[in-house]
Amino acid sequence: MSTALEELFATTRSERAILIGYIPAGFPTQEASYRIIQAMIDGGVDAIEIGFPYSDPVMDGPIIQAAADQALANGVGAKEVFETLRFAADLVPSVIMTYWNPIERFGVDNFAKELAAHGGSGVITPDLTIEESKEWIAATDSHQVNRIYVVAQSTQPERLQNVTSQTNGFIYAASLMGVTGLRTSVASGAHELVARIRAVSEVPIAVGLGVSNAEQAAEVAGYADGVIVGSAFIRAVQEANSLDEGVAAVRLLAESLAAGVRSQKR
Amino acid sequence: MSATQLPDLLGHFGRFGGRFVPEALIGALDELSAAHQAALVDPLFIKELSELHRTYTGRPSIITEAKRFAEHAGGARIFLKREDLNHTGSHKINNVLGQALLTKRMGKKRIIAETGAGQHGVASATAAALMGLDCVVYMGEEDTKRQALNVVRMKLLGAEVVPVTQGSRTLKDATNEAMRDWVTNVETTHYMLGTVAGPHPFPVMVRDFHKIIGEEAREQMLALTGKLPDAVLACVGGGSNAIGIFHAFIPDASVRLIGLEAGGRGVETGFHAATITGGTRGVLHGTRSYVLQDQNGQTVESHSISAGLDYPGVGPEHAYLHDIGRAEYRAITDAEAMAAFSLLCKTEGIIPAIETAHALAGAMKIGQELGSGASLLINLSGRGDKDVHTAAEYFGMPV
Repeated sequence: MSTALEELFATTRSERAILIGYIPAGFPTQEASYRIIQAMIDGGVDAIEIGFPYSDPVMDGPIIQAAADQALANGVGAKEVFETLRFAADLVPSVIMTYWNPIERFGVDNFAKELAAHGGSGVITPDLTIEESKEWIAATDSHQVNRIYVVAQSTQPERLQNVTSQTNGFIYAASLMGVTGLRTSVASGAHELVARIRAVSEVPIAVGLGVSNAEQAAEVAGYADGVIVGSAFIRAVQEANSLDEGVAAVRLLAESLAAGVRSQKR
Repeated sequence: MSATQLPDLLGHFGRFGGRFVPEALIGALDELSAAHQAALVDPLFIKELSELHRTYTGRPSIITEAKRFAEHAGGARIFLKREDLNHTGSHKINNVLGQALLTKRMGKKRIIAETGAGQHGVASATAAALMGLDCVVYMGEEDTKRQALNVVRMKLLGAEVVPVTQGSRTLKDATNEAMRDWVTNVETTHYMLGTVAGPHPFPVMVRDFHKIIGEEAREQMLALTGKLPDAVLACVGGGSNAIGIFHAFIPDASVRLIGLEAGGRGVETGFHAATITGGTRGVLHGTRSYVLQDQNGQTVESHSISAGLDYPGVGPEHAYLHDIGRAEYRAITDAEAMAAFSLLCKTEGIIPAIETAHALAGAMKIGQELGSGASLLINLSGRGDKDVHTAAEYFGMPV
């Protein structure tokens, strides 16, 4: 059985890349986050990545840190994360992005089970190494959800083969050595990393970290199967004077990014 | 596998330890692991480090018998391993000199470090100055205010100090920021982590650089008393000075190993940093151990009068030693620590670090339990010069 995410890649992959939009659950509030997710989808986002806000997000730059802090101050926990997932997954294929400790605390098998029960397709785990994944692999297999690992430019060939062989749904290719945030250009190493992954894996590849405008999205869509945008959406909300304004800005940004992604036909 | 042979190749101490880090760091951790393993058996490295310890650190550190203090500890004999007399005033120098030598071997020119009270930051800045490395120290903004003099010391030593304004603005957040820097600059930069926590190989590597404390002390105790001590005590935040003095005694089944955690206002109040006593199993800063966390796995802020113990995690080897029952861990409140602090000042003429005062308070209790005739070895891990302001405030002395 394949997940909604796998089906999405199966139907679009030969034509174009997909656009994946990220937002932490509960940002800026639980209700408002639903409007933002809706605006992303209305603007052309193909899949949603819900962040599980965490107190110690070492892979995230200042924009997402601030959003996560705000969500945590709102009291967001596993219950709210899964509720948000349910909302998004009813509309488009959706995954959760979470640091490992909240999964371990929730119960590893239970997390995969609840994810499936709430319509989620998979989980991106940025700090779970393959060596520590035994229980997670069993849980995700058992509940038939995707486990999405991140690979980096520094990932050595043998390890790249090992990590990608355990990944399904898509492989998250980190475009640069660094944390999430806005960058003026997409790192040149991203294209090369995608080529290295292609040589060892059939699984779709999405590129994230530092993609924030239509031009960058189009560039990445030229060689990857998915483009992940997070900080740019969050900044649009943070810089708006009101929620309505923020929602409108998110929709405009999504339209622009989606046009960029769709400009690259196969 | 016996406790002294751990960790395994992936850095596990039983079910603790391992690596929970972004993939971008794996290459650097593997490189560090290889450099550490090679250095351990390289006579040149061993000679260079021991020369530095002899001519720069001031090793071996002496043992002082605290006879007047012992009168308040049930009449047990109390022996202090004087790490406070090391250059820079604490055990921290053992680790940074080792890591600085490894940094040079790996061909890296820049080090970064996290610091809470500033002791590890000062030690890192010192090692960087000595070896001609660039040094950036991340320190919570709150801590830069509480420990302003240490900020100046680091700057005098040529380091850049970056105040961290995220989260609770303390050691935990400084560690996050150091890890973000490392993810970004890993090709040129070594992360000089200051305790026996973090992803493999840090817990085993930092232990290996500190285990000289216990190796010296074991010999010194045999020479002084003709036998092993009944108990070895040390304060535990991340746990580096404790592992340093414990490690050589792990095979000696008759020797009790006792770690004293920061009980803050009392573990039952929730305002403490006693991670093993009052925490639960979890993952923080790249390793699985005990953690102070809530039901969602969010790290909970720790509280202690001692900035150096004010950390919501603990090294995985301590978690393991606790679980197998080889070491015991108890909490000491701020008030108990400050009473022991004052007592050591007045009975022995030694101003200890407030961190260390937790171990001294533990000695007073254990001494009462074991009675006269017992002998206790305490790691006097640091001196209290940095804590004069905090102590003055606590005791209501005008400065």
